[in-house]
Amino acid sequence: MSEMESGAGAAAPPPATTPTAHLRKVKKQKVLLMGKSGSGKSSMRSIIFSNYLARDTRRLGATIDIDLSHVKFLGNLTLNLWDCGGQEAFMENYLSQQRAHVFSNVGVLIYVFDIESRDVERDLATYVNIISALVQYSREAKLFVLIHKMDLIQPLTREDVFDNRVAVIRRKTAEAISIVRKLQHHPSSPAAAGQGLPDLDIDMQMFATSIWDQSLYKAWASIIHDLVPNLGVIETQLASLGVAIDADEILLFERTSFLVVSKWTSKEGDRNPYGDRFERMSNILKSWKHTCSKFTGTPRNAEQFSDFEYKMGANFSMFVTKFTTNTYILVCMPPGEARFNSAKLNVAAARPWFKFLDGPVIAPAAQVPNVPSQQMISTAAAEGTEA
Amino acid sequence: MSSSLPGGSNAAGEAGSARLRGNSVKYVSPATLRLERVYEQNRQRLQKEDGARVPDPATTPQIKGKPRLLLMGQRRSGKSSISSVVFHKLPPSETLFLESTARIQKDSLNSFMDIQVWDFPGQIDIFDNPNFTFDMDAIFGEIGALIWVIDAQDDYLEAVARLNSTILHLQRGYPHINIEVFIHKVDGLSDDYKLDIQRDVTIRIQDELSDQGVENAPVNFHLTSIYNHSIFEAFSKVIQKLIPRLGQLEAMLTNLCRTCRFEKAYLFDVNTKIYIATDSTPEDMASYEICSDYVDVIIDFTEVYGSWPRSPQWRARLEQPPWNQSLEDQVACEWAESGLVLSDAQRPIMLREVDRFLALVAIMKEGSYDKMPQINMNVDVVVKGLTEFFDITKPKEGGRVQQQKILQPGKGR
Repeated sequence: MSEMESGAGAAAPPPATTPTAHLRKVKKQKVLLMGKSGSGKSSMRSIIFSNYLARDTRRLGATIDIDLSHVKFLGNLTLNLWDCGGQEAFMENYLSQQRAHVFSNVGVLIYVFDIESRDVERDLATYVNIISALVQYSREAKLFVLIHKMDLIQPLTREDVFDNRVAVIRRKTAEAISIVRKLQHHPSSPAAAGQGLPDLDIDMQMFATSIWDQSLYKAWASIIHDLVPNLGVIETQLASLGVAIDADEILLFERTSFLVVSKWTSKEGDRNPYGDRFERMSNILKSWKHTCSKFTGTPRNAEQFSDFEYKMGANFSMFVTKFTTNTYILVCMPPGEARFNSAKLNVAAARPWFKFLDGPVIAPAAQVPNVPSQQMISTAAAEGTEA
Repeated sequence: MSSSLPGGSNAAGEAGSARLRGNSVKYVSPATLRLERVYEQNRQRLQKEDGARVPDPATTPQIKGKPRLLLMGQRRSGKSSISSVVFHKLPPSETLFLESTARIQKDSLNSFMDIQVWDFPGQIDIFDNPNFTFDMDAIFGEIGALIWVIDAQDDYLEAVARLNSTILHLQRGYPHINIEVFIHKVDGLSDDYKLDIQRDVTIRIQDELSDQGVENAPVNFHLTSIYNHSIFEAFSKVIQKLIPRLGQLEAMLTNLCRTCRFEKAYLFDVNTKIYIATDSTPEDMASYEICSDYVDVIIDFTEVYGSWPRSPQWRARLEQPPWNQSLEDQVACEWAESGLVLSDAQRPIMLREVDRFLALVAIMKEGSYDKMPQINMNVDVVVKGLTEFFDITKPKEGGRVQQQKILQPGKGR
């Protein structure tokens, strides 16, 4: 009850005496999505969070200025997703007039490169500018670089092309960091600047992605992985559930995006030769969900199936079922009717352990000033286009 | 809710198989008879023309009975893409990288019935080639279907002209061959435009044929695209025409649907997602799509979790007390079975493996999930019937490979 009141009060801090007090506070994460125009930023956002089919993304137009969306994830985590239009005029605007506004308080920057781009030099130059701005305003931010549209490269050469690009981008990132370093240490001697480097090092991960296969889910699962609060608690409880029901593997999916939030694998399950199975499951279930929505005529974001079970003779059994309000659970386990039925009952019984996943959204004080900031951007955009 | 009676469907199944056995002894279709005659005539004619190149009478189509699908059409019309997507599970987007076919690609499809797929290079006209004469009997000698692919997004007049001359050639020598025209690459075209093209192509072909005095040629038209299910649906229709006693299969499925109150049931070839039979309710693309995608989901899950061997320790632990039973005895059904409940109207979908190639997939009426045990018993009976059916209709071969009781993941071939 007290949680509800504090939510309505908006200014009051989250009460420390609630049963979930040991869980980390919910916060809003600013996630920037940037890259050249036409590189596929909005497409991937639509696929992951709005359940678009890959081929439906053709209909998307260019993003004008910044498209702000508050993506609800797991009920109590709101991703503050800034999809930044990539046309040059906008980019310059972000780097100049809106620099502080765009780049401050960034939790994650996702930078998208189009592998097919004709003008790589120019892309990299923009990238360097963006990274410098990021390092300048949000030193803690995590960086994810997605080399996108990999499906357009011949499968045989994909790995080489990706490795080459990774090397180039790493070099450019270091370059960007050194620029900022020079700026900051301008009066001091070069030796001091060299020592400053570790402080400015950026946490960076790169992925080869394509909207046409599961690679997109791999990248986004790592992106959200670090943002999920209370991950430790989820993992321990998933592990005890797994041991209790004798499972080989348990995956916990977020309801709408079907990204893997957490997973647990038994020793035997670890022998599974398919290392990419997690993103594969996301991909399979997501496209299945889409098939269902087409068949039933219900909206794409609606819940499509409640229960799935599959027993493959004496090989294995598995089921996917609605778990908490915001999650689905996949359990893969050894065969056997009795084992299967008791596992289903046990998973149902374990639901209360994970109730906190659906915890009410505690409105943090930060939410209030956010509204004017959104208006600010749109007015700025109007000015920008007129000018 | 009418109660489902396993006995009823069982009796029907028995009656069906009895009828089947009675027929299979003496029945020879008119088509087969005519085919024998045609083949014999051809052989004699060739013998007169060219003594050296006589087809062996022993290779008459009836004896080998391996149906063949021929893929023909203009170059770049999408023949190789079609065969890669349908028979090799290539993702449609990857067909961009396929090279042009330079020679006849012969594929053998190992499935519930062995089908050969021959992919012809589009630039070669086999009927009119000065450099090289094709052995027509070797190509068209076996029963099957000719699939002619027309690119709907291109100028198709030349393709239609070539198709016409092909049909005329075939009508003379091999009138038994079904000619299936795939009006291809129709994704992205509006429904009206698609139908316009289909009408136009149909009229052009029929006019030309009737000008030449050919009536009632076995020509069928399908609108297809590799980017959706239409190509699989079209192949299903093509292949169903090649299945002996299809009506019997359909009757069994219809019976199952009535007994268990299924909305729609399909018998799928798991590897290709072609359905080889369905019940008698009207065609419904949407239910085909969901069932076929369901098969896909099952195949994917099977590949990820079922295609690698577990360790002996794992098995030992599972068979020790308190279970005290081998894993095989702990399961209720040795074949793959699966069920799913859709959220909107609580409609369940079920899948049951029939043999290593086939799976039965059905959409059930809402709220019937708690009747699953009864339904499973009925399905068991029908599956038994289907297995018997295929035992009977299968061309007799000595030393049939031992049946392997796992759903084969499609990519492993």
